[in-house]
Amino acid sequence: MKAENAIEVKQVKKSFKIYYDKGYTLKEKLLFCNRRKYEERIVLNEISFEVKKGEAIGLIGENGCGKSTTLKLLTKIMYPDSGSIVMKGRVSSLIELGAGFHPDMSGRENIYINASIFGLTKKEIYQRMESIITFSELEEFIDNPVRTYSSGMYMRLAFSVAIHVDADILLIDEILAVGDAAFQAKCFQKLKEIKQAGTTIVIVSHSLGQIEQICERSIWIQEGIIKEEGIPRIVHMNYLDYMEQKRQKTANHELELELKLMMQKEKKEKKEKEEKESTEEKIIEEPAEKKRWGNKKAKICNVCMLNKEGKEQLFFSTGEEIEIKIDFSVKEKVEHAVFGIGIFRLDGLQCYGTNTRIDRLEPFDLIKDGSVSIKIKELNLMKGHYLLDAAIESDYGIPVDYYREVLQFEIGSMIEDVGVARLSHCWKLPK
Amino acid sequence: MISLIKELYSYREMIVSLVRRDLKGRYKGSILGFLWTFLNPLLQLVVYTMVFSLIMRSGIEEYYLFLFVVLVPWIFFSTSLTGGASCIWSQKELVKKIYFPREILPISFVTSQFVNMLLSFLVIFLVLIVSAHPINLMALCCLPLIWFVEYLLALSVAMLSSAITVYLRDFEYILAIVAMAWQFLTPVMYSVEQVPEEILMIFQMNPLTPVMVAYRDILYYAQVPKLETLLHAFLLGILLFMIGVVSFGRLKRHFAEEL
Repeated sequence: MKAENAIEVKQVKKSFKIYYDKGYTLKEKLLFCNRRKYEERIVLNEISFEVKKGEAIGLIGENGCGKSTTLKLLTKIMYPDSGSIVMKGRVSSLIELGAGFHPDMSGRENIYINASIFGLTKKEIYQRMESIITFSELEEFIDNPVRTYSSGMYMRLAFSVAIHVDADILLIDEILAVGDAAFQAKCFQKLKEIKQAGTTIVIVSHSLGQIEQICERSIWIQEGIIKEEGIPRIVHMNYLDYMEQKRQKTANHELELELKLMMQKEKKEKKEKEEKESTEEKIIEEPAEKKRWGNKKAKICNVCMLNKEGKEQLFFSTGEEIEIKIDFSVKEKVEHAVFGIGIFRLDGLQCYGTNTRIDRLEPFDLIKDGSVSIKIKELNLMKGHYLLDAAIESDYGIPVDYYREVLQFEIGSMIEDVGVARLSHCWKLPK
Repeated sequence: MISLIKELYSYREMIVSLVRRDLKGRYKGSILGFLWTFLNPLLQLVVYTMVFSLIMRSGIEEYYLFLFVVLVPWIFFSTSLTGGASCIWSQKELVKKIYFPREILPISFVTSQFVNMLLSFLVIFLVLIVSAHPINLMALCCLPLIWFVEYLLALSVAMLSSAITVYLRDFEYILAIVAMAWQFLTPVMYSVEQVPEEILMIFQMNPLTPVMVAYRDILYYAQVPKLETLLHAFLLGILLFMIGVVSFGRLKRHFAEEL
C-alpha cells in the first residue's frame, strides 16, 4: 500500500444471488430444493480505485449501479468475492443513524449505547458527551426517554453521535437530509470542518451539489464498473447528460405507446361512427369540435415532430434542433395559402407563433395533397409540457383548417434556469 | 485470531453497554424489578424441594441441593444454546447497516446470561449457609475455573447456533429439542455413577459432564474436584471453543446478504 493512500480498492468483484423464491425454513429448503433457482447478478465487476489521505470523494450513479454496495464493502458489512480492499486508520460509517437506540432509555443512555456501537471506549464517550448534547440542541430533553422524541429530534440526536466519532476515514451514505434546514446547514458545516481536520471522506449521494461542495473527485459507477472519474463538476455534467438521454428514451417509448393506443381508439370510434351513420343516415352535421375550425377546403391530416435525425418523437431537450411536418390533403383548390404554427404552454401562455406570411414567404396555391415543414434550429424552451397548434389559412386570413392542440410534447432539461425560454448568454466574472 | 482479539478489545464498551442494556431492560416495567433475578431461582428451589421431598423421593440425601447446584449452571448453558440462536437474527437491522465485530452479539448475550447465573449463585451460597451444609473453602477456589470453562462452552454453542440460524431459521426450533435431550445426557438430575456402563461413553464425550461433576464436587460434596475432571473439562472447553470461533468466522462473512 502506498504511503499517501488511505483506501486502496483493487479489482473488487461482488455478485449477489437473487433467488426467485427463497425458502428460509427447513421444509421449504428440502421440498423446493429444485425450485431454488437463482440468478447471479454481478454488482461490481472488478472495480479499482484509490483514495488519498485527507481526500474527499463522491460516488455517483443511477439506482442499483453498485455504489451503496461499494460503501458496504468498505465498511466490511459485506466481503468481496475476489479482489482486495485495504484501509488505513479508524473507519466510521454514517450509514445507519440511531443504531441500537432503545426507546425506553433516556437520550443520554442512548448516546452511550450508540457511541459504543461505533466502537468508542468509555473514556472517549464521556469526553464527547457534552459536545454531542450541545450539537443536537436537545439539552432540555436529554434525560427523557427517547420514545417521547419527535422523529426530527430522534434523527438530530443520532446524527450528533455519528458525527462525533473521530475517524480517519468517514463513509457517508445519503444521510445529509436530517432535520430542518438550519440543522442541515449545521451538519454540512460540521462535515466541512471534519474534512479540514484531515479526515478522508467517501460520500454516496444523489445530491450532486453537496458532493461538488465537499469533494475533490467524483467516481461515476455504471453497471458495476467505473465509467468516469475526475473533477466532480465535469463528471456530473456527463452523468446528467447520460441520465437525460436515458429519460428521453423511456419517455419517448411511453409516448409512442400512448399514441398507438390513442390511434387504435380513434380508429375504433371512427368505425363505429361510420356504422352508425350508415344505418341512421346523416341527420345533422356533428357539432364541429371547438379545437378545429375552417372552411375545410384543405385538411391537415397529420402533424409530426422530428428530431435532427428525422425520427419522429415527442420528447426533446432544450436547444435541440427540430422539424415540424404538416401533411395536408386538398379537397378544393386553395389560393394564396398560408401555413402557421403556435406553441403554447399547458397553462395557455403562448410561447411562440409564426406563419409563412409573417416570415414573408410567397403565398402559394394548394392544388394537390402534400406537406409543409418548418425547421427550428434551436428549440430554446424551458423544461415542461407544451401544446402545438397548426393551421392553414388562405390569404386575407380566412381559416381553411385551424387545428388547435394537435400535439402535446415535452421538453426536458437538467439545467435549472427559469422562465419561458432560454436566452443564450455568457457571464463575465471579476478577474 | 490476534487481530480479532484486538478488535474485540477496542469494542469492549459495546459489549458492556449491550450487556447492561439487556440486564436493565429485562425486568423493566415489573414492580419488583431487579429483585426477580434472585426471586426466580429461589422460587424454583422451593418447587424442586417440594417435589423431590414429598412426591418423588430419591435415594439421594438432600436431593434438592444435589439438583439445584447444577441446575443453575445448566439453565445458563441451555439458555445460551436456545436463546442465543436468535441473537444475530433479532439484530439484523444492525448487522445489515453497521460494521462491528459480529462476535460481539453472541458474546454480549452469553455474558449477560452469565452475569445472571453469577447472581443466582448468591442464592445458592445463601441456601448452603442457611441449611448448614458443609462448605469447603479450598474447593470454592476452583469455582472460577469451572465458571470460565462453562462460559467458553456456552459461548461456543451460542456462536454456532446464532450463525446457523441466520442461514436456516428452523434451527432455532430444533434446538429446543436438542437442549432437552442434552439435559438428559448430562448428569443434572442424577449422578454419573447411576449411568449404565453401556452409554457411559456418550456421557464422557459430552463436554458438560466434567463441568457438572465439578460443580457438584465443589458445592454438594464440599471437596476439591479431581485434577483429571478439571483437565477433562478444560480441554473439551478449548476444543469446542476453537470449533465455534472458526465456524463463526467463516459463516459471518455472508450475514449481511442472508439477513
